[in-house]
Amino acid sequence: MSSIPSPSVHVHAARLAFAGVPLFDDLDFQLPGGSWTCLLGPSGVGKSTLLRILAGLESAGDQGQVVCGDGIPLSGRAAYMAQKDLLLPWLSVIENAVVGFRLRGQRAPKHQARELLAAVGLADRCYARPDDLSGGMRQRVALVRTLVEDRPVILMDEPFSALDAITRYRLQSLASRLLAGRTVLLVTHDPLEALRLGHRIHVLAGRPARLGACIEPPGKPPRDPSDPAVLAAQADLLRRLAAAAEA
Amino acid sequence: MWRRLAILPGLVAVWQLAALAAGGRAYILPGPWEVLLAGVARWDVIGEHALVTFAEVIAGLVVGGVCGAGTALLMASYRPAWRWLMPALVVSQAIPVFAIAPILVLWFGYGMASKVVMATLIIYFPVTTAFFDGLRRTDGGWLDLARTMGGTRQRILWRIRVPAALPSLASGLRVAAAVAPIGAVVGEWVGSSAGLGYLMLHANARMQVPLMFAALVTLAMFGVALYIAVDWLLRRALYWQRDTLPSED
Repeated sequence: MSSIPSPSVHVHAARLAFAGVPLFDDLDFQLPGGSWTCLLGPSGVGKSTLLRILAGLESAGDQGQVVCGDGIPLSGRAAYMAQKDLLLPWLSVIENAVVGFRLRGQRAPKHQARELLAAVGLADRCYARPDDLSGGMRQRVALVRTLVEDRPVILMDEPFSALDAITRYRLQSLASRLLAGRTVLLVTHDPLEALRLGHRIHVLAGRPARLGACIEPPGKPPRDPSDPAVLAAQADLLRRLAAAAEA
Repeated sequence: MWRRLAILPGLVAVWQLAALAAGGRAYILPGPWEVLLAGVARWDVIGEHALVTFAEVIAGLVVGGVCGAGTALLMASYRPAWRWLMPALVVSQAIPVFAIAPILVLWFGYGMASKVVMATLIIYFPVTTAFFDGLRRTDGGWLDLARTMGGTRQRILWRIRVPAALPSLASGLRVAAAVAPIGAVVGEWVGSSAGLGYLMLHANARMQVPLMFAALVTLAMFGVALYIAVDWLLRRALYWQRDTLPSED
């Protein structure tokens, strides 16, 4: 669907402190173009902050910078999806899906939005109110809103963590299929989710936060969570996370 | 529903008891029946004056609501406006409207204008602060999303901040509906030639206490009806707002 090539994204020398405590000190982080990178780590380590730096919502510090592999600035090319669906309760489902266009004063691609809503199984709910939908449906609308934006870089901050296990599993598969080929950063606290979806996985730990070595699970995502290799990798990841939490 | 219907006879019964306790002297506290009789007998006079007061209150509500909402929007979209207007607003509230009522009558005359100004002044502050509070407390997640989408400041204001703040504006307008009649009646007391406040003052001076009470009851009924109407309209307009209080019936 998207014809835009997905660039790689690099964060250089990010430096950020909250109340005098350094969160990042000279942190370098790289998202390879066109693949999923998952970021794991204990709560409060700065996973979401790193994502917010990429989204342009937080500064990377004086020396820090965010650059793309193709030399074009990232701003305006990244779509953001949060743990909360952030649907506007006064708008219908379809109006929520195209809200970005309304905010930029552009013509809304409603036809495309309707097709995407149909693709996630919400064809008959286009004119429903967000309040009338289940949590899983709402997050599907948020996914459609992200897709309608049609950006080459997707930044997701624990988008599935508030859902029940089955809904989460289905949405992971859906997102993996619909966002294939884009540069994706997925912040999560669920090792199995990272192993299902990520081409590369990093563990962020310590204070100031350091990026652990990159893990590249075998096979193509979305991986089968019952695969013994995936389960073994999950056990290994859990050990690393436990060590990171103690550090 | 039954509870609401039971309130009215309950209030009338308390009133009747109070009237009996006052010794049945109609010039001190007339009973409900005497007031009803006075109201029926003088309905043309009451109606004529009531229309004046209703018009003043509704005009004040509209003008005060529009000015208050406008001020809040200005303060939310333009930072210097907030810095300069907010202290001025607070100081203006330190001066009771009652205290400046005579000067308003002097400036705007004995007619409806001074009462509309009075009602406007009394509701301007609650509407402004309620709406402004709503505008400055937009959910941070929505604003983050809007910023990553490249929304302009003005469009974010109109498409996210304003709709999100409408429930707060509605709270301000409900208060306004309840207090606007005070402004109009105070204005009428200070100086007027028509309106329920004028009629009450007049009837009181002539010891027509049942008529005075009939005017008072009319004013109270109008106040309740106005509140119910405004509340109903706001609920209809803010269809997406859920009442999360547990319902008992």
